[in-house]
Formats: sequence, structure tokens, C-alpha cells
Amino acid sequence: MINLEMTQKMIDVKSGMNNMATNMLRPISRHYDENEHQYPAELDVFRSIKIMNRPKKKKAGEEAKPEKPESRRLGSNLSTVIVIEEMSWGDLGLLLSLPNAGLGNAAIVAVATDEQMEKFGDKWASMAITEPGSGSDSGSITARATLDGNEWILSGEKIFVTCAERADVAVIWATVDKSAGKSGIKSFLVEKGRPGFKLEKLEHKLGIRASDTGTYVLDECRIPKENILGSAEVKQSTEGFKGVMKTFDNTRPLVASMALGVTRAALDLTREKIEEKDIKLDYEKNPNNVSATEKEFYMMEANLEAMRLLTWRAAWMMDNGEFNNLEASMSKAKAGRCGTLIVQKCCELLGPLGFSCENLAEKWMRDIKITDIFEGTGQIQHLIVARNILGYSSKQLK
Amino acid sequence: MEDREFGFSMSEEQSSMKDTVAKLVKSMVMGNAAHEMDNNKIIPREIIDKVWELGATVSTVPEEYGGYGMEYSPIMNTIFLEELAYGDMALAIAATLPSMFIYAIMEMGTQEQKKKYLPLYCSPAYKACTAAVNEPQFRFDAVSLETKAEKQGGKYVLNGRKCFVPKALESGHLLVAANADGKMELFIVEGNNPGLKIGERGKNIGLYALESYPITLENCEVSADDRVGGDQGCNFNRFLQKTRIAMSAIGTGVSRASFEYARDYAKERVQFGEPIAYRQSIAFMIAEMAYEVDAMRLMTWKAASALEAGRDAKRESYLAKLYAGEMTMKITDYGVQILGGHGYIRENPVERYYRNGRGIAILESMAMV
Repeated sequence: MINLEMTQKMIDVKSGMNNMATNMLRPISRHYDENEHQYPAELDVFRSIKIMNRPKKKKAGEEAKPEKPESRRLGSNLSTVIVIEEMSWGDLGLLLSLPNAGLGNAAIVAVATDEQMEKFGDKWASMAITEPGSGSDSGSITARATLDGNEWILSGEKIFVTCAERADVAVIWATVDKSAGKSGIKSFLVEKGRPGFKLEKLEHKLGIRASDTGTYVLDECRIPKENILGSAEVKQSTEGFKGVMKTFDNTRPLVASMALGVTRAALDLTREKIEEKDIKLDYEKNPNNVSATEKEFYMMEANLEAMRLLTWRAAWMMDNGEFNNLEASMSKAKAGRCGTLIVQKCCELLGPLGFSCENLAEKWMRDIKITDIFEGTGQIQHLIVARNILGYSSKQLK
Repeated sequence: MEDREFGFSMSEEQSSMKDTVAKLVKSMVMGNAAHEMDNNKIIPREIIDKVWELGATVSTVPEEYGGYGMEYSPIMNTIFLEELAYGDMALAIAATLPSMFIYAIMEMGTQEQKKKYLPLYCSPAYKACTAAVNEPQFRFDAVSLETKAEKQGGKYVLNGRKCFVPKALESGHLLVAANADGKMELFIVEGNNPGLKIGERGKNIGLYALESYPITLENCEVSADDRVGGDQGCNFNRFLQKTRIAMSAIGTGVSRASFEYARDYAKERVQFGEPIAYRQSIAFMIAEMAYEVDAMRLMTWKAASALEAGRDAKRESYLAKLYAGEMTMKITDYGVQILGGHGYIRENPVERYYRNGRGIAILESMAMV
């Protein structure tokens, strides 16, 4: 059944999170933008909340909960994109700094063994994939892991690691067999403080300055053999690597929803300023008979709606167990690029207010740009969409 | 009211309607047939009859007026319109044209109006009735029409000019939108009203197959009983909302047709020893077309969902049409561009999609959900 009216449950989640974002994130937004690398201690209250967790296993004899009526059901992915939009509306850099909710935590929740879960489940985990010579082509990484008795020895350099300093443990991507290509790539749990594991530096960035981004250097760093995530076996096929890439189908709509939040923040401010000038946005007149500002605004609002619906569709499909590789990339391709353009335009419409640090618009314009870059650039998303639509392999459409 | 479940998938009923229309369109319209219609500037009557026989338009009209009394579903109507427009935009407008008249009266008309007019057009055979909203002037705006309706005793006198009135010549009745003291109203005008002058068939950039006419209203007298809604008048914004959603659905259909044609062409067209779709410059255009078609459809569904939930859809329908207007032009432009010189030649349908697609942003009230 097609129904794109928000249910009461969705509205409740949204307004609850919006309250939180208004009261907890917005007031400290500028401070942590100006004080890059300072730890936002205000976010410590979130430490106890398990944002990334596994659903509880049912104990034997435990009765299944009665089915909720259809309208009260809200899938976890759809719920998450709503939450992320609101949090990002509050502040994207702070959202990325939420304790124990890093991409590394997502990886642990997805593939860790029960023992690993026990050991690392409560820790803040960063995810280290990118290298100086390996960005979008994550299959080309050169960090290596060599088995030596009961230990792995890791060497290499990892850049652009989110929460690099704040995390307690890092999920490091490294190859166990460079000749095996993508199938040789595995991920390893490396705790802070291990000899040979160093946080080399923290970056100074265009935006999301509240979030710390750093470089790790691994120099013959030894970790226990059991700290590998998933199987150590190098298979002939690239199924394993594809499996890892599949987790991006889940995370891409999340990044798209970050774009939704920042975009909406900029549009909300722009609307406020338009209305202060007694211009009424009535959604009625021929859009070519209103002022340029109004038409731009309508068009941006329409685009935000389009971004959101593509994002929600990708999340909804995931909740319903549908394969969403195409739709996930569509949502990010659209939201990353379009959101970036919208926030730039909002700054332009705001005029001097959009160039000044007196309000947050200029910050949002810097923040939003990352959504078209991380978790696969807009160009990579377009490649994935095009390959899907055309039925081409990565060899046919490079 | 209990919330419905939120979701993106079609019900069985919805997909079966989609399949039925898709089959009909594929067998009777796609390919050369649509080109012939465009070239000969006529839609064969049997195609319109076939669409009418599906009963989509009259299905929600109460049985006492000749319909089937089924539940009204704007979402279903958008699915219907998209599939038809995927085949041909002129056909989508022509075959569903009576719905403008029928839905407006069904929803906003007085009991007498329903009794008098609905049975005339809710018959098993297609009978034309139309709506006249657009006006031939710069800065045209549906919410501040220049056609005036002046009350004189028990009647209204209409004066003004309208354009793009589909099938005006064969229509038994026209729904004319006019400005009555600042409030937009709809009037039921008989086809043979002496104050109604139908001009020469209009020539336009697109929709060659759809016969449309300019009309002039010269002291055209209409009984006060024929103002839609009687003394209360009509809810003109609601009328606009439903037509805007319909135009978005049609835009989605035209865009999808252009997208799919260009996609298939790019895979077959070999230059420099390989299909042009192997090149990112082409492939990325195709990717963009793919997600914009989806976005258009989702926005159409979203606006229709609001109506279906019994809510006002002013904002959603406005944004959906704005988006569809912009994107249809972009996508149909890409369609021609991907085919290059071949896209400029009339044998390839992308040429027609480009011309027709211009109408989505410009035209108001050519179809209804």
C-alpha cells in the first residue's frame, strides 16, 4: 500500500529528537565549530545510551510480543533516518561525535563474534579505511596484516578517520594478501595504546569541525589473533569484500539523511528571514509571478522533499528486507549534491547574513559539503546508480 | 482517524491497474502508433474508448449517477495517469478529460448539479466534456484569472479568453474558470451557449495529437444554478491541487518514457568501438534521469497521499508540480541530448517527449486525480 503520510509514531520520533537537537546541540554548535578538536563533553550524557546495538535474543520460553497495529510499527532504519535528520538539523559535527556511535561500532555490531561483542561492544570504535593513496578505490589499500603465531602484525597509514582521537578502539582495514586483491582485505580491532599504534595528527577541516578527523600510523603493531573481524580465510571470490561494501547500502541513506538535516536547517532560517520581511509563502501563485527569492525557496523546498523521499524509500526498503543497493546510492547521489547546492543558495539569499559568522548559515554551508564526499562521493554514487540501471559491471563502466 | 501504515509499495490492486494500463499502452500506443498520432494530429477514437472502458474515471462516481461507487483514490489515479502518459501525453489528457468535469461536480457540485450533469458523462461510452482554465497572456496565473464572471440577477455573465481547451468543439459542456469578484469560481457552460465562441484549433509546440482550442466568452450568460457549488461556490484551490497532482503524474510518465528510450539507445549506440553508455558523461546523465523520475513520482504520491488521508494538499501539490515541471524539462532535454542528432529527428520519440514535456510547468488543469 502506498502511503507517504507520516504516521503519528514518525511524527513523535521526529518532534522528540527535534527538541533534543534544539536544546542540546544548537546551543553548543558554534562553540565547537570555533574550537576544533576540543572534546564536546556535553555529549557524555549519550554514553550510556546504546545507539548501536544488536536486537536482544529471545530467551527460551519467552513469549513473542504481540504484533503492533500496522500504523504503530516503525522500522528501525526509517526511524534512524528520521532521528539523524533531526540531529543533523541540530549539528552534524556533533552528531558525528556521539560517543559509541561511530562507523566502527556499526561494523562491530554487524559482524563481531559474541566474544568480540563482549569485549568491544561497549567501546567507542572508529573506522579506518582510507589511505593517502586509496580513497574511493577502497579495494586498493596497502596497509597489511601478517600472521605471526598468535598475533597479527599490522603496518600502514590510515587517514581521514572520524573520531580518531576520541575512539577507544579502531577498526582497521588491511590486506592479508595483496596478491588476492579485494578478497585479501580484512578488518581488525586495534585498541588505543597498543605499541606501534599511533594517532599521528588531527586535521583542520572546512566543516564538521566538532568532529575530530585524524591519521593513524601502524608500525609493526601487534594484536591478538582473535581481533580479526569476520573470517581470516582468503576466498577466491570477492564475496567477502562485496559483503563489506553491502554495509554501505545501509549507511548511505544515513548520510543522505544528514544532508536532509543540514539542508532543512538552512531552509528554516531562510524562511524565517523571508517571513520577517512580510513575504508570505502561500504555495498558490504561479511560481513565475512571485519574487526570485520566493521561487528559489519553493524550488529548494521541493528538492528537499525529493531528497527526503528518496532517502526514506531506501531506508524503508531495508526495513522490509528488500535489496536497496540502487536506491541507497540514488538517495545519497541526490541528497549530497542537491543539499550542498541548496545551502549555498540559502547563504546567497540571506545576503550579508549568509556570509557572517553571526548566525549558523555559513557553518552549514561548510558542514553540508561533506555529505557529498564521505561514504562514497557523489560521483561514485552516480557510478553505482548507472551500473545498476544499465546492467554494467565495474569493468564495463569504469 | 487511525493512521495508515507508511509505505512505498503498491497494493495488489494498484499494481494490477498499472499492469493493465501498461499492457494497453504497449499494444496500442508505444512505438510507431504514438508517432502516427502526433504526425496525423489525431488520437484514434478506439484508443480513447479502450482507455475509457477501463472505467478508472467513473469508478468512484456513485452508482445513482452512473458510476461504480468505488472508493476514491488519488494515488490510484496518479498511477493510471503516469502509465498513460508514459505511452503518450496527449492520450493521457484526452482519455481522462471528462474527469475534470466529473470530479469537480461530484465533489463540489450541488445535488441538482450532480443529478443533472453526472449521468450525462458517466456512461459506458466516452463523451467529451472539458475544462477551460488557461488564458492566453503573459503572467497568466490560475489564482488571479482575467476572465470575469459578473453576477446579474439570477445569472452570471462571463467575459474573457481561454486557450488550450482540449476537445472544446466536441464537448457537450465546459467547465470555465473565472474570476468572480476576486474569488475564482467554476461555471458549467453548455457547448452551444451563444456567448461561447470556439476559435480555430490551436497550434502548439507539443501535444500535436490533442485537439485543443482557444475560446472567447462574450457576454456569455450562465444561470446562477450552474455555478459549481451553487451559492457557496467551489473550493478552487482544491480543484487546483487535484489538477497539479495530475500534471505531476503525467510529467513522471513522459520523463520515464524519455529516460528509458535514451537508456536503451545508449547501450546500443556504438561509437569509438564501444556503447556510448560505457562513458561516464552519458552514464551519469542516465543515472540522474533515473533518480529524478523516481523523485518526481514519489512527490506525486506524497501529495496524493495527503488527499487520500483527507488532508489539504496545497503545499505538497504545489511543490510536486513545480518539481515535475522543472525535472520533466531537464529529463526530456537529456533524452534528446543523449541521442544527439538522432534525437533531433522526429522519428525518435525523444523529440516528441521534449516538446510535450514543456507543457508540465506551463499548463494548468489539463487533467485531474
